[in-house]
Amino acid sequence: MEIEKQAQYLTERLSYIRDIFGNKHNESVDLLASKLEDYRRREPQFTLRERRAAVLTLEDLFDFVEKRLETELTPMDMVRVVRHPHRICLRDILENVYDNYTEIGSKDEHSIDPSMVIARAYITRRRGKRVINQSVMVIGQEKGHGEEFRNGGSVKPWGNAKALHYMQVAETENIPVHTYVFTPGSFPIEETPGAAQQIAANLYGMASLRVPIISTISEGGSGGAEAIALADRRIMLSHGYYSVISPEGAAAIEGRLQPGERAAPELVETCAGRMKITARDNLHMGYVDHVIQEPCLGARPYHYDFFRTLRQEILRVTDEVCLSVRGFRPFRGIALRSRRKRAARGLDFEKAYIRWSLAPSEQIRLVNKRHAKYRRLSLSVVPDRTPFAKRVSGLWQEALWGVHSLFKHGLLQRHQQKFTEYMDEVQSEWVLFFNRVLAPWRRLRNRMTRNASRISMETAKQLTELSEWDDNQEQRGGNWAYVSARAKEDRAVTCPNSRIHGCLDLWAPDLYGEFAGVCTNCGHHFPMEYQWYLHNVFDQGSIFEFAADVEASNPLGMEAFESKLAEAKQKTGHKSGCMVFEARINGTWLLVAMLMATFRGGSVGAAEGEKFIRAAERAKRKRFPLLAYVHGTAGIRIQEGTNGLIQMARCTMAVRRYIDAGGLYIVTYDTNSYAGPVASFLGCSPYQFGIRSANVGFAGPGVITETTGIEIPPHYHNVYKALARGHIQGIWDRREMRFNLSQALLTMGGRNLYYR
Amino acid sequence: MLDISAVLEEIQASPYEEIVVSAPHSGEIIFPEKLFPGDEVFGPSGTWKEKDGDLLATLIRERNPQPILCPKKGEIVVVHRELHGTFVQAGTELIRLRHFLSREEVVRLILKRALHLFCAPERAKYYFIPSVDIKIKVSGPNVVTIRDGEEIFIMSRMKRETPLRYSGPEGVIYAVYFSHAQNVDAGQPLIGVCPPYMVKQVEEVVMRVQTEWKVRE
Repeated sequence: MEIEKQAQYLTERLSYIRDIFGNKHNESVDLLASKLEDYRRREPQFTLRERRAAVLTLEDLFDFVEKRLETELTPMDMVRVVRHPHRICLRDILENVYDNYTEIGSKDEHSIDPSMVIARAYITRRRGKRVINQSVMVIGQEKGHGEEFRNGGSVKPWGNAKALHYMQVAETENIPVHTYVFTPGSFPIEETPGAAQQIAANLYGMASLRVPIISTISEGGSGGAEAIALADRRIMLSHGYYSVISPEGAAAIEGRLQPGERAAPELVETCAGRMKITARDNLHMGYVDHVIQEPCLGARPYHYDFFRTLRQEILRVTDEVCLSVRGFRPFRGIALRSRRKRAARGLDFEKAYIRWSLAPSEQIRLVNKRHAKYRRLSLSVVPDRTPFAKRVSGLWQEALWGVHSLFKHGLLQRHQQKFTEYMDEVQSEWVLFFNRVLAPWRRLRNRMTRNASRISMETAKQLTELSEWDDNQEQRGGNWAYVSARAKEDRAVTCPNSRIHGCLDLWAPDLYGEFAGVCTNCGHHFPMEYQWYLHNVFDQGSIFEFAADVEASNPLGMEAFESKLAEAKQKTGHKSGCMVFEARINGTWLLVAMLMATFRGGSVGAAEGEKFIRAAERAKRKRFPLLAYVHGTAGIRIQEGTNGLIQMARCTMAVRRYIDAGGLYIVTYDTNSYAGPVASFLGCSPYQFGIRSANVGFAGPGVITETTGIEIPPHYHNVYKALARGHIQGIWDRREMRFNLSQALLTMGGRNLYYR
Repeated sequence: MLDISAVLEEIQASPYEEIVVSAPHSGEIIFPEKLFPGDEVFGPSGTWKEKDGDLLATLIRERNPQPILCPKKGEIVVVHRELHGTFVQAGTELIRLRHFLSREEVVRLILKRALHLFCAPERAKYYFIPSVDIKIKVSGPNVVTIRDGEEIFIMSRMKRETPLRYSGPEGVIYAVYFSHAQNVDAGQPLIGVCPPYMVKQVEEVVMRVQTEWKVRE
């Protein structure tokens, strides 16, 4: 019986190996199959002893071949390892790594989202004879060995909302958060709270969560992974992958496939290799801190030794994070170094107790360290071509602004404000007193001069005559400072709503000139160039661009991308898809980060992310409001792989620092804005506005239908729908953007705005 | 008295609806190169008819190309290719296509000829009066017999609710063409009334259509 079980187990091992290597022909696999077949054929003639010996020999052969196959694994094989239903899942980890746990809010399919599992767990450690249970909040996606209701670990927005909620609970309880990333990506639906908005909220929340976050990545698919993966330490399982897009998705883009078409396996294989998605690649690029070695061909639920290694690593890393923010620096350094050495010698972390709760000062240090860590990431792939002298003078200026802000806003203004408040009180009292005293005299004067009072000619004119357009007013009477080149064409343009609203054809010089690209009948906004906004929204001549020499690059060395990038640079005259500048609106200074749809679809890569962060930091230093004007964005730049994906977390953290420091952050969406940026640094703004006829969302209709099978009604991503779902806070007419922005600056948030 | 079988035979003789696609406004007309008589063309598709129909022609006015799209699935009969590249006036026939009738369309066509249609006098929302409404909800419309001058509708418009009397021959309500809380345009049929002696005959024809009508794929 025992031998039969072992033989059965070998058959399962063989079928697993075949699954991993897909359709590829491999001699070693054939050898295993023939040996197993041979054993099956001869088995009835064997005695018990012979049978046992044959199975043991086969087991040895399997071990040997698996070791050899391990060295031949390609990135795409690893993707198949991770997606295999035999792959370890979160519940296996909860069972084997933690000593006890209580699942929160779910029992199999009875959950708000069965693909997100949350558990309160503890790990038992010993200090001398004392046994200590250290609590943690475990959060992660659950693939459930192929259980259908788990949705393959693809979490719906409400699942992510639940995760954020329990992270905040952990913060209240002052216990660490352990997250486990097992997701191919987020479930891309816009139903409230919305895939993008919720991921943005999670990133924003995790950016300054005041407890240690340790994240372990097995399958890190894009935004879905980011929703719980922003952490103080990121561990990756050696056979896992962490990528901005699935290899199939990358192949579809690379091969320019139409929806419904399937990419050739060779192209998928090549893309998986090029995207640098494996643990080793990510460790090399610095996006994960440690890699845990898995057994040959990936960890499965019966690899108990692996769970022990994982447990030790989780303990070590959580201790390390807590120790790194504790006490004086010299002692902390010694403690950390000594633990690393002892870990190498095989220290059992269960027998060494470190407190995981943090004091308030330690919490602040923890958050600061997290921000500093992410600020450093991906810098190496952003070439900054700013001349040395300019860079030095820039640094010098920054330092001066820092000092200036500290004096003006930190010290002087605080006292000045108190003085002003006091003077206001005195003045109010004085006016009241003065009015009382002078009241009889005024009455007398009014009686004597009643008939003599006359309205001036100017006032009479203002009150009785029709007003005229002033070129400085919001709509300038159609005399725009910038007129699109399309206005020079002598042709008619049809409004896309003409069939529904019966709009008449518009003459291009009118439409793109005086009408500012707005249909006079239905108000449909035709897309306009970003230059239109630069010239018509901000005060004339007030734009001052900086960091223009930060350049978009091709960090993964993708074929053909280099030339496409060069083409985009030449076409737009910009070195990246993000332009950052200072500008004025009605005399009020603000900082603007603009994503240009004309530069590679407005996609965000490492350069764009870096420029956005610099803008947020400059706004914080100068105490300016920050506006993100999204002329259009297609998402994270796929060709940059994880270098692009990490910008979601980096930029959101920069926004968090800026808002926490008292800034006002406004986002305006124009044309089409989708995916990563909306699901992070744009979507986390409390004040988001859409220009009419814009589309805002997470994934486009084609992607939603392909991944979820749900058919999407037309205009699903329209700003009005986004407003109704609560994603954005208002819709602006393009022609009134200047006025609305100006009003927004005067009426919205931010305690540190200098003009208050 | 209407001979329903004759109507059915007439439809069977020409089991299609001929659609004339004409120029919506003046302009230069360009036909696609690969569009010939006998070709099958498709109308708007998708759950919300969000996918456009096939391109039949392009009409260019003031350098603004306007696509003329296929309104319904059918077969091209005539393409006025002699107009290709010329300036046409609004209303000029461009393409003629045959839309082959489906079972539902045949039934609807027969019923519209066989039944007395009572139409909406103005654009409004229409409801049955409660007593009729209950009967229809419980046992279907065929059990309600109405006669001339009987009050059976409530016309709801601009927050005013006015009773509406039926006018026409006595009969049972065979078909209801409006739904709850939906605006009906003036002149659109509300109900189809069938004289009691014809009910059986109509039902038979409908059954025949459902079973015998061959839908052309």
